[in-house]
Amino acid sequence: MRVGPVGYRLGSDWRAPIAAIEALYRDYPKPDFADYTVRLEAEHVWRRWIRPSVRIGGDYRLPEAAPLPLGQGLLAAELGMNLQMALGHRRHLLLHAAVVERDGRAVIMSGISGAGKSTLALLLAQQGWRFLSDEFALIEPDTGLVVPFPRPVSLKNESLSVIPAGSRVGPLLAGTPKGDIRHVAPSVEALAAMDRPAKPVLILFPRFGFPAATRVLPPAESFVRLTQASTNYVALGEAGFRAMVRLRSTVPAIAFDYPDGPSGVAAVEALWAAL
Amino acid sequence: MAEPRYRTVAADLILVEPLDIFTAVFHRPSGITHLLSEPAPQIMEALVPAPLTLAALVQFLTQRFDLDAADAATTLQARLDELEAVGLVDRL
Repeated sequence: MRVGPVGYRLGSDWRAPIAAIEALYRDYPKPDFADYTVRLEAEHVWRRWIRPSVRIGGDYRLPEAAPLPLGQGLLAAELGMNLQMALGHRRHLLLHAAVVERDGRAVIMSGISGAGKSTLALLLAQQGWRFLSDEFALIEPDTGLVVPFPRPVSLKNESLSVIPAGSRVGPLLAGTPKGDIRHVAPSVEALAAMDRPAKPVLILFPRFGFPAATRVLPPAESFVRLTQASTNYVALGEAGFRAMVRLRSTVPAIAFDYPDGPSGVAAVEALWAAL
Repeated sequence: MAEPRYRTVAADLILVEPLDIFTAVFHRPSGITHLLSEPAPQIMEALVPAPLTLAALVQFLTQRFDLDAADAATTLQARLDELEAVGLVDRL
């Protein structure tokens, strides 16, 4: 399938994960070209049938990654797709972040796993924002624009309750290394707009579960946080430095804490309105 | 033996981005980004017109910045050694 500027080819030793991917990615276009291949492989030939477990293979792989049970094959595929980007992608500066857009202007929400960026992105998408990405912000080095990469949103544990009715969802994956996970496909409208980049105007570092607080980040701190949030800053070399400097110097960066989803959405709206 | 003179890396080998109390310096030959704090960026600037000995650098910087003259030589020598180790300064 194609996700924004990236074409994926998926292969599997089993039919079930492919069927799950086909269902979740039903509304995605077919790629002209497969940039990255992900393969879900049996650890040994007999492990295709006996206690089947999935090893994530592909163009780029982590040899030490633990295999997942076949029932979590969709998660393995998603992790494999992330891995290809994190280890292989060089066309864009990658930030570990969710991205939403309104009026052609994008908000990048960066943070570690559990900071609530996926949940916020999904909640904002229900408030009229366009969903661009859940996992990676793709910054085009030549223009500084953020390019949509609208993979399904990965929601975990207590966030599962925010899934809007009528969404296209994957199976509930219980007991994964990150708890219970469910994938939610972006809206058809978000997918139809996947070739339309946006200008980043706000970088947020949200943190879920703390009393509401907002802090404008000084230049050096935002520079360091952004380089830490990038999976390919070092690999991009000078292009990465130039893209990072431009992003840092042209887009304000704000850290904000929020106790729950609705106050998180309200905080983003307020920060947006104050621009 | 003559006292060594220090020189800074050629201007076209680095990209400099002043931030706040820090300055980001991208070193093209290694692809490494260094985050420098005072007085490292000032040392590099002072060495741009011409290489300087430690004594000349101490004199130059103590005239312009709030450096404790008693400790300046020790401090600047330590920073010079660090800058030299990462390829931003070398000695003649």
